[in-house]
Amino acid sequence: MNAKLGLYRKEKIYGFLFILPPLLGLLIFTLYPMIYSIYGSFTDWDGLGQMNFIGLGNFTDLWSDELFHKALFNTLFMMLGIPIGITLALLLALGLNRGVPGTTAFRVIYYVPVISSLAAVSIMWNWAYNGDYGLVNQFLDLFGISGPNWMANKYTVKPALIIMAVWKGLGYTMLLYLAALQSVSRSYYEAAELDGANGFQSFWHITWPMVRPVTFFIIVTNIIGGSQIFTEMNIMTPTGGPEYASASVVFYIWQKAFGNFQMGYASAMAVFLGVFIFVVTLIQFRMNEKQSFDVD
Amino acid sequence: MNMTSRRRVTHSIIFVLLLIGAVFMIGPLLWMLSTSFKDKQDVFALPPVWIPRPFHFDKYSEIWEAGPLLSGIKNSLIIAVTVTVVGTFTSSLAAFSFSKLRFPGKNKIFLLMLSSLMIPYPAVMIPQFFMFSKLGWIDTLLPLIVPGLFGNIVMIFFLRQYLSSVPNAIIEAAKIDGSSYFRLYSSITFPLIKPAVAAQLILWFMGIWNDYLSPIIYLNSPEKQTLQLVIANFNATYAIQTDYPLIMAASIIALLPMLIIFLVFQKQIIESVAISGVKG
Repeated sequence: MNAKLGLYRKEKIYGFLFILPPLLGLLIFTLYPMIYSIYGSFTDWDGLGQMNFIGLGNFTDLWSDELFHKALFNTLFMMLGIPIGITLALLLALGLNRGVPGTTAFRVIYYVPVISSLAAVSIMWNWAYNGDYGLVNQFLDLFGISGPNWMANKYTVKPALIIMAVWKGLGYTMLLYLAALQSVSRSYYEAAELDGANGFQSFWHITWPMVRPVTFFIIVTNIIGGSQIFTEMNIMTPTGGPEYASASVVFYIWQKAFGNFQMGYASAMAVFLGVFIFVVTLIQFRMNEKQSFDVD
Repeated sequence: MNMTSRRRVTHSIIFVLLLIGAVFMIGPLLWMLSTSFKDKQDVFALPPVWIPRPFHFDKYSEIWEAGPLLSGIKNSLIIAVTVTVVGTFTSSLAAFSFSKLRFPGKNKIFLLMLSSLMIPYPAVMIPQFFMFSKLGWIDTLLPLIVPGLFGNIVMIFFLRQYLSSVPNAIIEAAKIDGSSYFRLYSSITFPLIKPAVAAQLILWFMGIWNDYLSPIIYLNSPEKQTLQLVIANFNATYAIQTDYPLIMAASIIALLPMLIIFLVFQKQIIESVAISGVKG
């Protein structure tokens, strides 16, 4: 009895010891800074002098800050790439799931942009979008279309970034769908076929509901990732683009914090971003709960 | 038309569509590669030249003198290797503990860790910057290394899931044999989860190698910068001089290591990504 008690106590100690590093990391590098961010967002923190409490001052400033509105609009606008990417990826996965020859090679080719460095592909796409010599306009030339100078035009800079983002992320989404499709039992389709369902009907009534959890996962992770978009604009439009048309929220935070040293103001934006992501994730959990009822 | 020939036709159509898609996916990267071998004339040639005549390899020797490319690679390697090696150890140890050991508050702590995944990096980067600046770590690699040493929650989550398929009986039997807790981890659990660890380690390595936001915050002097910052600076400098072959050669250098790692380990990586999506 005593030995058993001793064993359990030892297990308690070691169990806790083994999780101590990540727990400490969480406290020091995430939770403490997060609380500090929230606190900082209510002050006029400039990184040097005192932090004076100014209440909701930063947040009311955000409310009337035109550049912030632009950055927020741009960030949300860029998320139009999410439904485009999901549609294309699902079509690709459906195609690959039929066992056409070269499946492995296609999987690898479509996945290569995902593992490529975002900085390097940003540089490459920036050159591809060049108005005179870029690959994109040369391609459009084949069809007699003379393309714009993509990155220098406030109407085309966001679509250009969306195209690039879809290209970059397509392989990842495709892979998730492919894995999901492979876990759908063939017997459903056979039963549907017996009932006389056509291809579209079995897609709509079997495939689409079965991949719904993955669709959800993709939407949520894409919104979370998309709301933090930064590298592309920092490299491709270092000043925020024509009329600030390609600046994202994180780009603006970065500029305010490390360019202008308006740390309090930048913290307010960071808190705003954090709350946004929190709400998106919360909605996901809610919807997931509902969904499990549906399945039952 | 009978079933098999109809199947063959749809297969061919799908194959052609996938092929066209593949051209669009890989085309820009091939163009990047081809540009890196071009001379000035070919770069601006209309219609585009895909196969340079002749191939110029001199940009690949020139880039090493044009900027701190070598120190960029070295810095990226130092960060990525240190973080992934130490971080994988701490993460897998914690995953073992969360999955196989009993101690009070375990599930609550795990949930706390999971929920912290919701906190985006931009929301904590400003206070983190000041923490590290108080320590005098700005313009050193330490802010990019130290947090990672404490482990990676995504990895812990993934390995914990993976460990649930390892039967508890093995652990219990070893416990009764008087094996120490660390030995349970090092000689029983770890060998069993090696493939999962490897896949996660590679994904993490790639993430650090390709990271841009945190290095740009902490690193100023050219010789301290990571590879991604170095090539971004190449872009800023040489785009004005329109030396695109040079920029593209530098970008290829930044892509190549990850591309090779991916091609070697593509099976494990793809599996790991697929599992995390379906289970997540």
